[in-house]
Amino acid sequence: MSKKNRSYIYLLVGLVAVVGLSFPLEASVNSYDMRIIINIGISMILAASLNLINGFTGQFSLGHAGFMAIGAYTASALTTLVFGSAEGVTQELLFLVVLLAGGITAAIAGLLIGIPSLRLKGDYLAIVTLGFGEIIRVILQNIEPLGGSLGISGIPRYTTFIWTFGILAVLIFISENLMRSTYGRGFLATRDDEIAAESVGVNTTKYKVIAFVIGAFFAGVAGGLYGHYNSLIRPLDFGFLKSVEIVVMVILGGMGSTWGVLLAAALLTYLPEALRKIDLFGVSLSDFRMTIYSLALILLMIFRPQGLLGNFNPKEFAGRFKKNGQSKKSKPAVS
Amino acid sequence: MEEFLQQLINGLSLGAIYALIALGYTMIYGVLRFINFAHGDVFMIGTYIGFYVLNTAFVQSLGPGAETAVIVFLAAMVGCGLLGVIIEFLAYRPLRNRPKLTVLITAIGVSFFLEYTGQLPFVFGADPRTFPTVVEKTTVLQAGGLVIDSYQIIIFVVAIALMLGLRLLIMKTRIGTALRASSMNLKAASLMGINTNAVISFTFFVGSALAGAGAILYAMSYPKINPLMGILPGLKAFIAAVLGGIGNILGAAVGGFIIGAAETMTAGYISPTLRDAIVFAILIIILIVKPSGLFGRGGTEKV
Repeated sequence: MSKKNRSYIYLLVGLVAVVGLSFPLEASVNSYDMRIIINIGISMILAASLNLINGFTGQFSLGHAGFMAIGAYTASALTTLVFGSAEGVTQELLFLVVLLAGGITAAIAGLLIGIPSLRLKGDYLAIVTLGFGEIIRVILQNIEPLGGSLGISGIPRYTTFIWTFGILAVLIFISENLMRSTYGRGFLATRDDEIAAESVGVNTTKYKVIAFVIGAFFAGVAGGLYGHYNSLIRPLDFGFLKSVEIVVMVILGGMGSTWGVLLAAALLTYLPEALRKIDLFGVSLSDFRMTIYSLALILLMIFRPQGLLGNFNPKEFAGRFKKNGQSKKSKPAVS
Repeated sequence: MEEFLQQLINGLSLGAIYALIALGYTMIYGVLRFINFAHGDVFMIGTYIGFYVLNTAFVQSLGPGAETAVIVFLAAMVGCGLLGVIIEFLAYRPLRNRPKLTVLITAIGVSFFLEYTGQLPFVFGADPRTFPTVVEKTTVLQAGGLVIDSYQIIIFVVAIALMLGLRLLIMKTRIGTALRASSMNLKAASLMGINTNAVISFTFFVGSALAGAGAILYAMSYPKINPLMGILPGLKAFIAAVLGGIGNILGAAVGGFIIGAAETMTAGYISPTLRDAIVFAILIIILIVKPSGLFGRGGTEKV
């Protein structure tokens, strides 16, 4: 069986697993735990989509929450303001349409922000994307039909376990396949050495923009899922802090390692809930969350800049347990 | 016309504060070629140092006046300067030869550490505090609708004095010469026998001390302080530094005044809610049109 066919089978297995898991979960898990699970799923989509921009293509973006906001507002406004009275359409079809619309709007924004990124690198790009995220927030706060700073409320709750993790499975499928294609090689070349890549004829501009557009699309879809789960969205939900949270997930997991990033997203979303129950000096430990995040970030950069699972290669790892000491010979994974 | 002049004066006094913070960004960038994201939070710590010093029994017994002002400024400048040196030593020095992105992420980590540790109930607390009066606010000049108060004069005089002092320090002293050499080429400077680690520490001290002075000036005019207050002034000062050409000290000062004026003009004539957006819009425009800034020199890329 060719590699390509195999990846489709993985996707199919993943989707079947999501659907299969959903029934026992819906039946046995209480709504509080379900909320955590869905939030983990949304965080995973956000982190994996930022990983395309940040991890694979090496473009440091601090405005991911801006794309999420665009998707959330587009999808939620469509559901509440436009399709609210639509009849004869099934809920699933409608949800799919608004999620796609949110994703596409965010992708267009990604295209627009991708254009300045052609000229800017590192620090400057980080600041521009940060500024972009802030501008989106300020604009949303000033649009009265979208509720101004109060946001949109009363959004129907369409997001379910199947939707969230189904979309996550599709995203993993796309990003894993993308990375094995010409595009993926282009992303990695752009990240590893832009000047060298350009000099051998890699169109780095094209790959940067593609990475931005795909990443923004999924951030927009995640925004739609978020809006249709919380039933309330406000501009402040999509501030700088949210962007940094997503960035921390990507860095902690190891930039460019999809599975590491997913693990970190799950961990960082679950951790505050777990810490909430523990008290220290009369303060709930979840208040220390950001202090711990930031310390972890600093220490990680000093002692393990590649992230927890950066450079982690499952095959190489398995090779360590084989007889002939293969691990000594195995080359370091692409970094 | 009167209103325009008033807005301009308000803008310039705000801009003077941005300029002071921007100087720190630009000096550190000049030597180490990286953006110290935590600079805005050093500024925040400066306001809290001022707050606690002003609330000590000794300073309170002096009451508002010139002596209090001198004590508060010195405390905030020295405190912030030392904080800057400590941050550099603990967080940035271990990463001296690492990729830029690593240092950038660390800087964001330091920034968040200061913001969120400050919010813990047993540190500063998340609630805003009121900054006590340093000197009494009086109206110095009133001509028609135009009002200039003593704070605006103080801000302007202190900022200009510090900038001139910085210029003297950089152009006329031995360590200033070493600083200029290091910002031209850190490696070559170290080969010429300059102790670059000492120069870098010195740069962090001076840059952070200027932020400390800016912090007191800012807290005098906007006396509500909280642990997240450093983010926006920090970003705007950074944008001022980019606008003037990052790494260029004159540029940082001019950029600060321009950003301050643009902000108050937008708030006065268009909409107060857009005052933050306009600054980011300026940033995006300058980065697209002239990324090297007004006074900066463009560099070529080397492999």
